This record gives sequence, C-alpha cells and structure tokens, in this order.
Amino acid sequence: MEAYERLLTARDAKRSNIDFYINELFDDFIELHGDRLYKDDKAIVAGIGIFHDIPVTVIGHRKGKDTQENIECNFGMASPEGYRKAVRLMKQAEKFNRPVITFVDTPGAYPGVEAESNGQSNAIAESIACMSNLKVPVISIITGEGSSGGAIALAVADKVWMLENAVYSILSPEGFASIMWKDASRAKEACDIMKITAQELYNFGIIDGVIRENKKLIVTLDGMIYEELKSLQKKKPEVLVKERYMKFRKMDGLYNE
Amino acid sequence: MLISDVFERKKRHLRNLEKARKKVNEKKNNHLTAYERIATLCDEGRFREIDKELTSKNPLDFPDYDEKREELSKKCHMNDAIVTGIGKIDHKKVAIGVFDTRFFMGSMGTVVGERIVRLAERAEKDELPLIIFSASGGARMQEGLFSLMQMAKTAAAVRHFQEKGGLFISCLTNPTTGGVSASFASLGDIILAEPKALICFAGPRVIRQTIGEELPEGFQRAEFLLEHGMIDAIVDRTKMRDVIIQILRMHEA
Repeated sequence: MEAYERLLTARDAKRSNIDFYINELFDDFIELHGDRLYKDDKAIVAGIGIFHDIPVTVIGHRKGKDTQENIECNFGMASPEGYRKAVRLMKQAEKFNRPVITFVDTPGAYPGVEAESNGQSNAIAESIACMSNLKVPVISIITGEGSSGGAIALAVADKVWMLENAVYSILSPEGFASIMWKDASRAKEACDIMKITAQELYNFGIIDGVIRENKKLIVTLDGMIYEELKSLQKKKPEVLVKERYMKFRKMDGLYNE
Repeated sequence: MLISDVFERKKRHLRNLEKARKKVNEKKNNHLTAYERIATLCDEGRFREIDKELTSKNPLDFPDYDEKREELSKKCHMNDAIVTGIGKIDHKKVAIGVFDTRFFMGSMGTVVGERIVRLAERAEKDELPLIIFSASGGARMQEGLFSLMQMAKTAAAVRHFQEKGGLFISCLTNPTTGGVSASFASLGDIILAEPKALICFAGPRVIRQTIGEELPEGFQRAEFLLEHGMIDAIVDRTKMRDVIIQILRMHEA
C-alpha cells in the first residue's frame, strides 16, 4: 500500500479508536477528568484500568465516533488543558508506581486562539519533559494519525509501536505541502517524501515495532504489552529513565547507521 | 591555533560587535545573526564555539537539501541554524547557544537538536549556567520525523540538566515558534523575551485559516505572552546583557 493510501486508512472514521482499545485491553477502566487548573479537555481521555491484574494509567487522543462526538472532542486536536491533564495523571501514575500506556491518534495539537493564549507550547513541552523523566514503564502505541507536536507530547516512551497502517509525521502532509510548495493539494506527493509509514520509521530506528492489522490484532497487542511490561518492570527507575533518555538521544540520523 | 588565526578571529569578532552595536543602537527589530548576538552578550573575544563540525546527513534524502545547505553555509559562515559554545559574560563562564534565522528559518533538525543536547550535557558536566537564544520557524521540514524527535531529545536534555540543579535561561526572540517553542525553549527556569517577538505554537496564518477570522491585535507577541503568564519578563536587546549578568549573579553558588 502506498503512503497516501495508508494516510487515508489511518484517518478513516470507521477505524478503531481509543474507546475500542480501552474496552478490549483493560478491565474496570475508570476515566479521570480535568487538569485542576482550568478545564477538562475531551480531546484527551485518561484514566486507570486493570491489565492482567495490574493497574495501569491509560492516556490517549479521542477523536469521537460520530459528528457530535467529533465536535465535542475537537477531532482529537488537544488543547493545553488536555496535555496538562496528561501530565497530572502521569505524575499520579509515577506516585503509585503504575505503568503508563498511551494511544496516539491526532491530526495535531489544536491551532486556536484560546489554545495559544493558554500556553499550547508550554503544555506540550511540559508533557514531553515529564514523559522523558517518568520513573515507571511507558509504552506508546500510534494507532491512527500521529501528527506533529501534538503526537510526540504523548509518545516519549520506552517502546513506541505503530499499527501497520498508522502514520507518524512532523505535521500533516497537507500542511507540509503548503509550507514547502505553497500548495496543500500536493499532499500525496508529500506523503512519499516525508517517510511517514510504520515500516519506513521502523527502518530508521525511530519506532520499535510494527503491529499487523489482522483479526488477531488485540491478541497480539495484549501479548506485546504483557511481555514488555514484564521486562520493563524488572528495571530500576533510574535505569528506565536513563535508557529512555539514551533512546531518543541517539535519534540524530547522524552516526547510527 | 596560529597567531594569524587568533588575529583573524579577533578581527571578525570586532566586526560582528560593531555591526551588532549599530543594529542595537538603531533600535529596530532587525534580526541579529548568531555571531552578532554573541558579540553583544559575551565579554570581548570570550567565546569558543563547540561542535562546529556536525553536519546533517540528510536522513530522508530530501531533494536539493544538501545543495541548499551548502549554499547557505558559504553565505552565512555556519553549517546549521544554531551556534553553540562556551563564553564568558562579565567574567562568568556560561554555556550558550544562539539560533540564526538565515539558515532555514532557524529551524530545528538533527544538527540543531544534537548541538543543544551536547551543550546541555556540557553545562551539566561543567556546572555552567545554560543560556539559549531562540529564533526559529519550528521543526526542520526537510528532516521529517527526525526533526520531531529533536523536540523529545532537547526537552529531555534541558530537563535532566535542570533536575541536577542547573540554571537554564531561555531567551525568546523574533520569531520563536512550533517545535522549538513547544520543546526546550518553553522550559527555561527563567524565560525572557524581546519586545514584540512573535512566540507561538501554531503560526498566525494557520490559526487564521483554521478559525476563519482575523486575530486580535498583538496576538502571540511577547507582550501578549507576558500578560497570559507564559514568560517572566520582556527585555530590550540593549539591556539584555545587563539583565543576564544580574540573573547570573543571583545564582552564584
């Protein structure tokens, strides 16, 4: 499949969303709301669930499944309040020694007047810095669109996996085409140049695994998370933080080929 | 180093200083080049550049990217969008990095990310204050997702440095946007900005397109950010060195 087709697949309204994954992978999920500063951003869902007998904190973007939900969730484009809620609950997870699992699916952080006024840059930066320093295991799964700062804000993890039709990019291919060639309609061309597919990014060493999208998806995902948590939980907190730091530290495209 | 090199460096420094002073005195919001900015901040001749040899490997094989960089390197006498090094400000040793918008709009790709991380690690090792002057259009498009990863890399590096007790002064100049403003630049222990500097995540054009209406007067300018609690102070470039000296003195062990 070409990159552009995968982009369309990743964006398909019928594609499984975070509610599906939460339902299938975790028991007794309880959603927790609000950033304790200003409001609750529905573009980011967060809470605690049970994964094979252990409590985990789950955080991810929610696009919504119908038009009404899309509007409520702002199509998965989070505001500063969403990232601050994520930071609050990641710190809570750290306090109670719970692993953090994030699901990334966003067209990007919201570009709006209110979002800018309330410190979108600061909220994203704090979320990245917080994740890079968390003393508990962190796993991120890019399930649909992982676009721009809005995606990396929830994807600084010990392991980052992508579904095979998910895309991960510096910004939307339309935005890229508009910046590079002043022509948003050249998105298809941009998709090829940008290298946004799971396989390409795996080859670059930017992500740690590609997950096939077949009938066994949930079983596979469940097994992968289980095995990975088992191995990450054996590590000392300082080792986890150090290794996570080094993992991103090496992503320079400079020496490691 | 050869004596002639020292003279050449000294001469270049004085030229930069003179140009910078002129620009500063004109009180216009002209962009200062990285070397001019360093000349206005550091004690005369007290700056040594590090990691100058790093160059991008063009990880995406982006068309014309190598040629464009080559051309800019010759024109600007720098091979990427940030200059980093160790300098002295009022006899106090600091780790300092300065962006230059002449090079791909000051955008952050692998080289900028790597230089910032090395600077922060150096500052941590030598227990120096870290000062970064940002001026950037955001992430470097030509390096794709590698550029996005520099946000994680730089934010992590400055946060680790801060956790060890290091002082990070982040200075935002016109413009500081996108992937730079949404990573290390927003994490300063103290964040200063130049008057009227554009500081934002999403640029005004993108927001105008998204919401389809005109934006409020002064939106996303330094004064707006100060009012909304996002920066500590606005400092004119004629006073910048003095304010930094004042802050550094307050953090002497």
